[in-house]
Amino acid sequence: MTRVFATVLRRDLRLAARRRSDALLPVAFFVVAVSLFPLGIGPEPQTLRQIAPGIVWVCALLAAMLSLGAMYSGDLVDGSLDQMLLSGPTPGQASLAVAAAKSLAHWLVTGLPLTILAPLLGVLFGVAPAPIVALTASLLLGTPILSLLGGLGAALTLGVRSGGVLLLLLVLPLCIPTLIFGAGAVVAIDSGLSARGHFSLLGALLILTMLLAPLATAAALRIATE
Amino acid sequence: MTWASASDFFAMGGYAVYVWGAYGVTAACMLIDPILAARRHRQALRDMDDEFEADDDLDATAGVLS
Amino acid sequence: MPSSIRFFHFASPARFYALATRWSPALWVLAAVLAAAALYIGFFVAPTDATQGDAYRIIFIHVPAAWMSMVLYLAMALWAAIGWALNARLASMFARAIAPTGAMFTFLALWTGALWGRPTWGTWWVWDARLTSELILLFLYLGYLALVDAIDDTRRADRAGALLAVVGSVNVPIIYFSVKWWNTLHQGASITLSSAPTMAQSMLIAMLLMTLAFWAYAFAVVFKRTQAIVAERERHAQWLTTTRKLETA
Repeated sequence: MTRVFATVLRRDLRLAARRRSDALLPVAFFVVAVSLFPLGIGPEPQTLRQIAPGIVWVCALLAAMLSLGAMYSGDLVDGSLDQMLLSGPTPGQASLAVAAAKSLAHWLVTGLPLTILAPLLGVLFGVAPAPIVALTASLLLGTPILSLLGGLGAALTLGVRSGGVLLLLLVLPLCIPTLIFGAGAVVAIDSGLSARGHFSLLGALLILTMLLAPLATAAALRIATE
Repeated sequence: MTWASASDFFAMGGYAVYVWGAYGVTAACMLIDPILAARRHRQALRDMDDEFEADDDLDATAGVLS
Repeated sequence: MPSSIRFFHFASPARFYALATRWSPALWVLAAVLAAAALYIGFFVAPTDATQGDAYRIIFIHVPAAWMSMVLYLAMALWAAIGWALNARLASMFARAIAPTGAMFTFLALWTGALWGRPTWGTWWVWDARLTSELILLFLYLGYLALVDAIDDTRRADRAGALLAVVGSVNVPIIYFSVKWWNTLHQGASITLSSAPTMAQSMLIAMLLMTLAFWAYAFAVVFKRTQAIVAERERHAQWLTTTRKLETA
């Protein structure tokens, strides 16, 4: 099973490296989307500093969702998904390995770059150093959750017409707790309060999602391909 | 609770718009919901009838006793 | 009949179809009677509230609608899961039939909540924990309906929907907790629509009766919609064609 996991992971990373511009599109969207808010709301520094955590977090969420549609669709079309699902000792184990590997690959290619870019965007909004650290840390914990939940959505809507938007409709509500604790942590630090509660909850969410989401995604893959 | 008059009842202490707006939409939805369900049921049965009519026609032209 | 067999006695679409036809009138009458009783007590027995005036009477439909929206979601997830796990066709059909009515009650909870909030808090929408959670619940319902509608293969649609509904059910408490957290942190005094008037007994009775009325109503509508789905899916079944021939004879 670890062999299937490693193979799928390596394959996805290699594919992303080859199509680097495609892989960076969500990141570009992230920057553009975040920049729209000052243009829409006004450049008043006080306001921007206040709304920055929510905006950066929501745009990161949306940007992460963008590359989900392609998570399984390419492999479905060229038949390699079926092969992957058959390559384990049991269908259950194979699908679990594929689900986990795909989500991890998504996070490495999309989530992690978003997290790394976030401090820069925080500076654009005039956010103080301490909240910037909190922002980066919250995204570091939160983006894997988004990749895991996104993988579930992608598997559920696999091969379905208008699946792209449907995927967003399904996944975004599930991401709300992550958004609340993530952005909330930054707001707390910015107000001089402790964010320990937020980070604990975010960590707990991450662990819970890591344990349960791959299982659900594996089931969704089996439902979609049988 | 005794209302002084019918018009007092409908006025709902000045909150008529809110109270009747809430109750009105609720009643409307709870009428439309079952009507749509019944309509779906009737349509399904009609589709079934059409299909078996076509089958009967087919049987007749093929000379099969239906 | 041994109890285990009895449990599955109505698991066949045919038997359920006949059961639904037989019980339907009684369910509608029950719903009407309970609703009439609830409305009478709510409007003619319960007193006017000191602070909220007569606007508070909206709670007699707002709270039952909110309860139904949550209960129906869990029921939908439960039946869908049973249909998936036991490969029980009727259970899956039942789950699909619940969804639209559940979504309707969610919408009504939001609508009546807004109309209650406006005279009470001055705005049409309040981002309090309960209303916001209710809004997210509506998204979950819509997601379920969109997903099962988008998948053409019935079996795959039922199963994908079941998985989504179960995932949603697990998330509902998490979402509610996080929204409550969010709400109390962002507002000093948490605005909450649950600061209803201190409940006179008549108010509680009216709410309870209306909840029961909504329950009976839900059974009636969901039964009807399930019959529609059965007729759609089982159209080639002998029992159904015979029933239909007798109806149209």
